[in-house]
Amino acid sequence: MAQPSPNAAPAGSAAAHRQPVYALVGNPNCGKSTLFNALTGLKQKVGNYPGVTVEKKMGTTYSQHGQPITVIDLPGAYSLAARSPDEAVTRDVLLGRRADTPPPDRILCIVDATNLERNLYLVHQILDLGRPVILVLNMMDLAAQAGLNLRVGRLEKSLGIPVIACEAVNGNGLVELRLAMSRADLPLARHAWDVPAPIAPAVSELAASLRENDGKLPLSARAEALLLLTDQDSVRVAGSAALSPRTAEILFAWQKRWEGEGMDWAGALVGSRYEAIGELASEVVLQTGAFGPTASDRIDAVVTHAVWGWLVLGVVMTALFLCIFTLAQPPMEWIGDHTALLANWVKSSMPAGDLRDLITDGALGGVGSVVTFLPQILILFFFIGLLESTGYMARAAFIMDRLMSRVGLNGKSFIPLLSSYACAIPGIMATRTIEDAKDRLVTILVAPLMSCSARLPVYLLMIAALLPNDRVSLGTKVGIMLLMYALGTVGAFGFAWLFKRTLLKGAPPLMIMELPPYRLPRIKDVCLHMVERAWIFLRRAGTVILGISIVLWFLTAYPKAPAGATPTAQLAQSFAGRAGHLLEPAIKPLGFDWQIGIGLITSFAAREVFVSTMGVVFNAETHDENTTPLRDALKAARWPDGRMLFTPLVCLTLMVFYVFAMQCMSTLAVVRRETNGWKWPAFQTLYMTGTAWILSFVVYQAGRALGF
Amino acid sequence: MAAPIKLSVLPVGSSAVIREFPKTGNAFIRLREMGLLAGTVLTLVRTAPLGDPIEIKLRGYHLTLRKSEADHVLVEPTA
Repeated sequence: MAQPSPNAAPAGSAAAHRQPVYALVGNPNCGKSTLFNALTGLKQKVGNYPGVTVEKKMGTTYSQHGQPITVIDLPGAYSLAARSPDEAVTRDVLLGRRADTPPPDRILCIVDATNLERNLYLVHQILDLGRPVILVLNMMDLAAQAGLNLRVGRLEKSLGIPVIACEAVNGNGLVELRLAMSRADLPLARHAWDVPAPIAPAVSELAASLRENDGKLPLSARAEALLLLTDQDSVRVAGSAALSPRTAEILFAWQKRWEGEGMDWAGALVGSRYEAIGELASEVVLQTGAFGPTASDRIDAVVTHAVWGWLVLGVVMTALFLCIFTLAQPPMEWIGDHTALLANWVKSSMPAGDLRDLITDGALGGVGSVVTFLPQILILFFFIGLLESTGYMARAAFIMDRLMSRVGLNGKSFIPLLSSYACAIPGIMATRTIEDAKDRLVTILVAPLMSCSARLPVYLLMIAALLPNDRVSLGTKVGIMLLMYALGTVGAFGFAWLFKRTLLKGAPPLMIMELPPYRLPRIKDVCLHMVERAWIFLRRAGTVILGISIVLWFLTAYPKAPAGATPTAQLAQSFAGRAGHLLEPAIKPLGFDWQIGIGLITSFAAREVFVSTMGVVFNAETHDENTTPLRDALKAARWPDGRMLFTPLVCLTLMVFYVFAMQCMSTLAVVRRETNGWKWPAFQTLYMTGTAWILSFVVYQAGRALGF
Repeated sequence: MAAPIKLSVLPVGSSAVIREFPKTGNAFIRLREMGLLAGTVLTLVRTAPLGDPIEIKLRGYHLTLRKSEADHVLVEPTA
């Protein structure tokens, strides 16, 4: 039975009716994004491929004659034999397997001219596809600096396709590229590559079966057959179809036969490709300069040095956090002030009523508490982009890999986890650089355990309530604070270790990573990336945040207290207050009463909201927040039987609870986007909050038993 | 001619030719596609500050892999 396949749709013939589609492909670190930005400018659409969390970027550029051309920026890949969801998407789009993406009419292959041989491996596979290809040799200036003389004309002649020398960073070569892209007809490559003799019959047999039984186009059947022999599609993503039984049968028969003969077929295929590439490269690349260490080598001698390497890492990370906490502060206050101003303006220009309160207290208040974190998130995105584009990210992963491997992760999880000390959202969004799907999920699951800056106000309030200001040294306070950070970190690594051993057990972790040469960052690209990320966050998380904010407001505003009641009284008899009462039996073993329970509920907007809620719960009655600091109000709070509520032990327990509990709707919204559903955010909420409860219980009860 | 040794014990700064490379395994197909083939010349650039992973230079670029994989690659040091 022939299986329906997205590939069966006519591909090339449609080109006359719609605008031509170019797929932009290349290895990671070859300047692909820069070229894409240069070609399309701000005419880009960023989304996700349905069913997978792989970024889908499409843009429009114009031909010489002003005709629009669609460009799909495919994820960076080293090979069509995919090793990660990103590479699987690149493979599937190029092979026309994805129904959600138009099959590309033409392929734009970009390669790093300083590293031609390895870059040509992917090109070699792509030439198998039988579609018109334009080859872009990027970073020609850097190649010249490295003493490489590339004979572009020779390469063009050998391959029989247009080859464009280009420096995407300065825009050199873009005119020539646009000219080539505008050509009505492009020659197909003279792809003279002989499959090793023992494998050739298998390729033809598989290709025939793929055409007949899997509905593959003649064009791509041979490429698919070669791919099956290099590596069975080990990474499947949503949208790719399984192999037909007949084809699988043929494949297994050949594999069995070769295994019997002791033949290394995959190795022979890769080897013969590299042989062909080697011949080509020897014709094209002339090494004119001397070898010797490059600037990159000299930088690395310090940056990855056994001693200096740690120092550099420490300085970079300290600079990052200093920037976040100093630079983000003024705009955060500005946003806070202006949301308040806006709320006041609405209050004064609208008649009093529920609608007005909904807008000011629900929508503006809730969304404002999230948007306040935007400056910090933007700075983090900027830094992550900077680290990525300069090449330092790979070095940090290289240095930290050993430590991360202790818990079953690899070095690439380091930066996302570290960023989460400021805010888990950019950290979680940065996990896309982790190829292994399970490693990535584990990193996402534990990232919110790193104490983020929204917990800081809660820690500070609790430390203030825990210790009288005047009698305790600053050292003790800092010590308690560091203890909380350490607790979260240990928790994150502990759970990573646990998840990698149980729930998300995978293949032995790998760390095969290129260390790209250091490059000057292109601030324009970094900023574009930052804005794009922030926009995704606002757009995707926005609706969830708005929704939950309104629900939280509703819970605190209804049912209405009699007219003239104080805010404290209103809150006490609201749904949130009742929920606090309902919650009390569950949190009483932790030493928390229903009033603290209200704070735990409203913390869902953002953890720091706990502080303002406590203000309303305990302090609003005095109408004098300035002279009676919240701390004293907390100290005055009592249980109905007259016992002190915020004993030092309760303050400590509450901090422990905030270290572990999942209380951030923005993070949950982002996790939902990054994991494609509510399953993992729900799991995350359960395991984190469950752990928070258990550990708080242990701390409180042990403290009580010890007489505190 | 020097006897083949494991890539993981190749001294820092020395060059070698790959002699034997594992035929199967997820990691090794990818390493091959990254250009690690029998006959390829490589240089061990450095080990990470904590001793693992290692950084090698081959075909004009730098690659890092863990010692657990390098253990399976046999190389012949060149003079």
